[in-house]
Amino acid sequence: MPKLKLKEHRINRDWCKGCGICVQLCPKNVLELDDENKAVAVRPEDCICCKLCELRCPDLAIEVITEDEKKP
Amino acid sequence: MPIKDYIRERFFPHLWCSGCGHGIVLNALLRAIEALGINKSNIVMVSGIGCSSRISGYVDFHTMHTLHGRALSFATGIKMSRPELTLIVPMGDGDALAIGGNHFIHTARRNIDMTAIIMNNRTYGMTGGQYSPLSGFGTLATTAPYSNIDHDFDVVELAKAAGASFVARSTTYHVQQLTDILKAAIEHKGFSAVEVLSQCPEYFGRKNKMGTPADMLEHYKENTTTIGSKKKQENPNLLERGIFVQKQIPEYCSEYDKIIEKAKKAVEGKTE
Ligand code: SF4
Ligand code: SF4
Ligand code: SF4
Repeated sequence: MPKLKLKEHRINRDWCKGCGICVQLCPKNVLELDDENKAVAVRPEDCICCKLCELRCPDLAIEVITEDEKKP
Repeated sequence: MPIKDYIRERFFPHLWCSGCGHGIVLNALLRAIEALGINKSNIVMVSGIGCSSRISGYVDFHTMHTLHGRALSFATGIKMSRPELTLIVPMGDGDALAIGGNHFIHTARRNIDMTAIIMNNRTYGMTGGQYSPLSGFGTLATTAPYSNIDHDFDVVELAKAAGASFVARSTTYHVQQLTDILKAAIEHKGFSAVEVLSQCPEYFGRKNKMGTPADMLEHYKENTTTIGSKKKQENPNLLERGIFVQKQIPEYCSEYDKIIEKAKKAVEGKTE
């Protein structure tokens, strides 16, 4: 499988409840909670696009969009 | 995100607490259904009562939010009248195994084609964190402030003994395995029982000082292992994850159709 290249983390701030699951369990420490307790990608350059944050988010609030994907 | 096609976005953000495992079960289930490519008009989700049962409000399938412990009975009625539909029955641990325990064992025994998902968070979250039949000996709950003296069920052993033809377990930490198991469970023709260890940070987690929601997920990682692994031999206390039973035995609706045919023939024989 070709290596996935990150385009962006799409975070739905209205749905994110700041539980910190994505932040604590990201293997590359890419994410943090901001002042409003919402997830943000602070080190996107370190992201390996494993998508575990997207799969483990209880609120369907985070999507990892890669270069090859055509997502609306 | 294609999985958004399967939810009722107007009800989001959902009602579950921050970090609740039930949202992760929803996430994994949507991905399993998307991967299987099932038309959402051919899926019926039936739930009972409890935090877990809220899930039926969020999915854009045919949904029924029914009575505490009785989801499998409603699902049986639907499946018997429309066997071509895919039935998914998510339940909480109290819902499935306390008030609904009798329905659970007998639905398993009949081998009717549906997928029961036991979202086991070891408490009654909706009503304030009372101990459930899955809390386990020595745990704390609002109704067991000096520790619980009830022993718990092993859901996998119970489902096996009751005759379920597909039995599996995973956790909200192991989301990829969980999605694969849910796919296999839905595809299986017969009664599938899938236990998912799902955290309730609000009650079970807080009462038992389990830390953050992510700490609770890591607890699942540390205390479980794949079926028959070397780790299990070294530490028998680990709980196994994976598919325990997957066998083909006569399915209830198909057998019922055969009975109808037999009865018709018998009646025709008499009237000729
Ligand atoms: S896991 Fe989801 S809800 Fe929790 S902090 Fe991350 S984006 Fe927000
Ligand atoms: S895709 Fe993986 S590496 Fe990238 S932010 Fe999410 S969890 Fe971290
Ligand atoms: S009480 Fe527990 S199970 Fe219910 S929504 Fe909150 S965290 Fe989830």
